[in-house]
Amino acid sequence: MENMVNVYFFGKKYSVPADLTIMTAMEYAGYTLNRGCGCRHGFCGACATIYRIKGKNELKTCLACQTQVEEGMYVASIPFFPTDKRTYDINEIKPTQQIMMELYPEIYSCIGCNACTKACTQDLNVMQYIAYAQRGEFEKCAEESFDCVSCGCCSVRCPAGISHPMVGLLARRLTGKYIAPETEHLANRVEEINSGAYDELIEQIMQKPITEMQELYNTREIEK
Amino acid sequence: MFTAEMQESIKKVEATRAERMKTEPRRMTAEEKDTLLKAYHPDYREDGFVEIKIGPNKGQKVPTELGHLLHSNSRLLTDKVDLSKVDYDVDVLVIGGGGAGSSAAIEAHEAGANVMIVTKLRIGDANTMMAEGGIQAADKENDSPVQHYLDAFGGGHFAARPELLRRLVMEAPDAIQWLNKLGVMFDKDEDGRMVTTHGGGTSRKRMHACKDYSGAEIMRTLRDEVINRQIPVVEFTSAVELIKDEKGQVAGAVLLNMETGDYLVAKAKTVVIATGGAGRLHYQNFPTSNHYGATADGLVLGYRAGAPLLYQDTIQYHPTGVAYPAQIFGALVTEKVRSLGAMLVNVDGEAFMHPLETRDVSAASIIRECSDRGKGVTTPLGSGVWLDTPMIEMIGGPGTIEKRIPAMLRMYLNYDIDMRKEPILIYPTLHYQNGGLEIGGDGFTKAIDNLLVAGEAVGGIHGRNRLMGNSLLDIIVFGRNAGKAAAAKAKTVELGTMNIDHVAAYAEELKAAGIESNDVSPLLLPKYARHER
Repeated sequence: MENMVNVYFFGKKYSVPADLTIMTAMEYAGYTLNRGCGCRHGFCGACATIYRIKGKNELKTCLACQTQVEEGMYVASIPFFPTDKRTYDINEIKPTQQIMMELYPEIYSCIGCNACTKACTQDLNVMQYIAYAQRGEFEKCAEESFDCVSCGCCSVRCPAGISHPMVGLLARRLTGKYIAPETEHLANRVEEINSGAYDELIEQIMQKPITEMQELYNTREIEK
Repeated sequence: MFTAEMQESIKKVEATRAERMKTEPRRMTAEEKDTLLKAYHPDYREDGFVEIKIGPNKGQKVPTELGHLLHSNSRLLTDKVDLSKVDYDVDVLVIGGGGAGSSAAIEAHEAGANVMIVTKLRIGDANTMMAEGGIQAADKENDSPVQHYLDAFGGGHFAARPELLRRLVMEAPDAIQWLNKLGVMFDKDEDGRMVTTHGGGTSRKRMHACKDYSGAEIMRTLRDEVINRQIPVVEFTSAVELIKDEKGQVAGAVLLNMETGDYLVAKAKTVVIATGGAGRLHYQNFPTSNHYGATADGLVLGYRAGAPLLYQDTIQYHPTGVAYPAQIFGALVTEKVRSLGAMLVNVDGEAFMHPLETRDVSAASIIRECSDRGKGVTTPLGSGVWLDTPMIEMIGGPGTIEKRIPAMLRMYLNYDIDMRKEPILIYPTLHYQNGGLEIGGDGFTKAIDNLLVAGEAVGGIHGRNRLMGNSLLDIIVFGRNAGKAAAAKAKTVELGTMNIDHVAAYAEELKAAGIESNDVSPLLLPKYARHER
């Protein structure tokens, strides 16, 4: 007999094998997931979940695909949360403190409760990256928020109504486009290709017979 | 967290580590690789395949599970949809909201087309989001698109379509630049030079990355751009059949609202199939690294409409899927772990192969180690070999793992395994569909001249095996290209009367071939719910 635990999906009790994740336990219980299920490997944030262990006070947040079931778990999934993404033209905006003020002014209403950080399913220091955004320190905000999967658990818990993942995303796009140093070797190569520098060489290799290609491939020098 | 038997084996791995680090394992010869693949690669297991009975690829082999879907019935044989009631009327319809679909939509929008995305989950719920290791482009001084071509062509067993591979390598640097200008944060040094590494089978270090969230960083940026441009995205809605007209053109698609079960009609002058892969069909019972919706839908509805497949019998098993613990069984362990120096080691602590052979060779080699050679480590769900991750910190210095592969570290720490200190157990996982619908260099299918395909649903770009980092590249290059081409083509297309006559004709062909099925396709979502009765 497998080791079983009792869990409660939306308040209804099910007995499930103890080694399952919340997601696979729901499927074991008979749920067909249309929502609240995406990559199933912790990268997409589709399966944001909130739970409480029976008899304990603390509310916990997690990704259903990355979290093992526990005895007495009361589970509610949050397949959608109305985070508020503001639209902008990435070519028109600039990485100034002003832009956060314009697009996400509510970050300045942060009361410092740290509920966002406690809720983060990726263990990021969310309140810290919001503080960086407030100060216009976009590179630091980008770095601190980099592993965000946009599950939205932070926003669910925020008393100031901040859409943290959207703030981090804006900081990362500003950093990637404007703040990170430009790549000269990339620009050069694009220009060489556009000017036709490789046209003849690529034609030549495309025309080579397979036997010659095999020889070239099997004897090619590999960079150390 | 590890069992006692595993811990015993770890001691052997630790005992040989210092000695192993002094030498680089030998690479296999072409003959050795050939023999290994034929004996151990799942593509060579005859019982994993069936013959396609009807349609343009009749007589060719196909994975059993995909064959079953090709031989199943359309929903629209029994469910009737009034095509005269058009719910969406657009220039370009993009089916699929992953990296290829989003890139296509952005470029079609840039070209001024009225474009719409339809996706059965959310935009970004796609294999793109889960790609960890990186994206290839020959943009450094010691590299060239020609060298990239050679690596990819050889790695794909000389079977790639030259016109497609040419586009892939020649447009790679531009793809990186496009992403960078959209704000994707590539790993760079302080002078702006890209931090690049090897992937299996590359001869130059041309793997660009965004830590080990490369696909996620690209996907969330593309998604943000789609939303900024206010391109309509109809989520939780599947395309279940293409609509054609009397001229044989494609004219849109019949959609299914996944939540209400209602059908909708989308009319379009051009259609881009960007539905991705097939990992959730679990070929040969392999676990998969793919996202929930990877069920080859686009291949099924494209084939039913008359578009041929290419290399549908070649599948990529990623050599390093999680073998243990069970909760993350089959999840991807990025190839970058090996790029950064981790060796593949068997139960006795022996490095049994060079860690950076191509994926098909590596997968076959691991399967051999765990089967005939009996050198695998037993796990609750089978067996696996070690990926000696502590080597990464010894080579790159303490902190390398946290900085370069934070997602891997986090995934294992969830289960109390610290890959900085202990090796991890891996086994091949179903990862990528090398084949798919056949296209020409301009992105159009050869059978229907206003139907395009982009991304993993395409066959022929990579040949019979794909190199790491060429998939993130192909979704961008061919996604963008498809968007531009679809927008241009839409200006000249004159649609006739919409019909789905091809659905009934296909059913007749099935019947004539003596095939009867009670199942419907496309599958849309895997059947994971357990029902006791």
